[in-house]
Amino acid sequence: MKTTTSGLTEAAEPVREAGEGLGRAVVATFRRDLTAVARRPGDALTPLVFFAMVITLFPLGISPDPERLALIAPGVLWVAALLSALLSLDGLFRGDFEDGTLEQLLLAPHPLSLLVLAKVAVHWLTTGLPLALMAPLLGVLLALPQGSYLALSATLALGSGCISLIGAIGAGLTVGLARGGMLLSLLVLPLFMPVLIFGTGAMGAALGGGEWLGHLAVIGALLSVSLMAAPIAIAASLRISIHG
Amino acid sequence: MRLCLEARQLACERDGRWLFRGLDVALKAGEVLRVEGPNGSGKTTLLKILCGQIADVDGEVRWQGRALPRARADLLANLLYLGHAPGIKANLTAIENLRWYQALSGDGCPDAQLEAALAEVGLAGFEDVPTAQLSAGQKRRVTLARLALSRRALWVLDEPFTAIDVAGVAALEHRLSDHAARGGAVLVTTHHPLSNVPGLRRLTLDGHRQVAS
Repeated sequence: MKTTTSGLTEAAEPVREAGEGLGRAVVATFRRDLTAVARRPGDALTPLVFFAMVITLFPLGISPDPERLALIAPGVLWVAALLSALLSLDGLFRGDFEDGTLEQLLLAPHPLSLLVLAKVAVHWLTTGLPLALMAPLLGVLLALPQGSYLALSATLALGSGCISLIGAIGAGLTVGLARGGMLLSLLVLPLFMPVLIFGTGAMGAALGGGEWLGHLAVIGALLSVSLMAAPIAIAASLRISIHG
Repeated sequence: MRLCLEARQLACERDGRWLFRGLDVALKAGEVLRVEGPNGSGKTTLLKILCGQIADVDGEVRWQGRALPRARADLLANLLYLGHAPGIKANLTAIENLRWYQALSGDGCPDAQLEAALAEVGLAGFEDVPTAQLSAGQKRRVTLARLALSRRALWVLDEPFTAIDVAGVAALEHRLSDHAARGGAVLVTTHHPLSNVPGLRRLTLDGHRQVAS
């Protein structure tokens, strides 16, 4: 404290400037969310189980014939993974909103966009990445032809990053609504279309023996743009939801 | 620089009804200001306006002489806000909750200090219990432990006495007056009389009339 109040030798609380300790706040938020997921692994497992269940339905519902399954496998795997990720998005901010920690996050003297990026990163690590790693196993179930397994995992790993980032905007907008889950799906599904198109495009290219890295690069570009723009939009959507 | 939070000619309307109009508030270092009024008189709204959470109001709020929202970041760097919800994550332990808050505010501190703060609010031995297993009053005490750790000058407390027992109320009253004596400032809404806080200032919100003393 530069000046002291009369009658006091020194005050304990100096009036401070903003912007100290951003890195520490981001890391702490990341660790806190990761710990919370580790304490309740069921929440993170639900999308994975959903993914497996949906994929299991296709051989039953269409035909166990490997040739027919192989034809639809890339699209089915991608759509099912996308819906599984969507399923978990509704809970991204809801828990924090209900227990009041979201309000506290908004009051932190740091850019909200970077703090929410930590939350989205945890979402991707616990949903998108496991989905991408699990997809080849389910690909076997759908008789996915050789040579496209790597393309499947790689496109899903990057694509799910886009899904987490874009979906978080919708999750932020609907966090204050009692039944926001359905609205969230309607809001963000159209925005997932480019990712889906290039994801399945890469699979098709890989299956045809062509060059699929070009498609992956486009998804990478989409991810880069999302990384730059989405955090700002997420922060704005949360402010709208919380402060009206 | 001495702490100074002022609001001039604040007016806030909700659902076609004026919560308050032409309201002037000033809070300076060393003061405890209690906002009182019946339920629904806009106490929480006023608190949120004064700490920059709600911006769509008439009038202006100034922090250290600079108007919000430009001064918002500086205000937040000095603010400790405790809202209606305890702000405690149920599947984390008390100490993990506090550790996050300390990191978020930029004042990282060793675990021994966090344990001491928990002991001070009567939660010694509950450090590593998930807060879901604590009672409502104990959860509130975890929140209040932040007051012991915080180095923020401005405390804005919305009903901090909820679910707190008699001994806890006395300890909290003492903490508020102690904070004010050290040059901090406290803005609080509560239905408790705060009779143990010397020099308590009051602001009554009552429909259209505001009585400041």
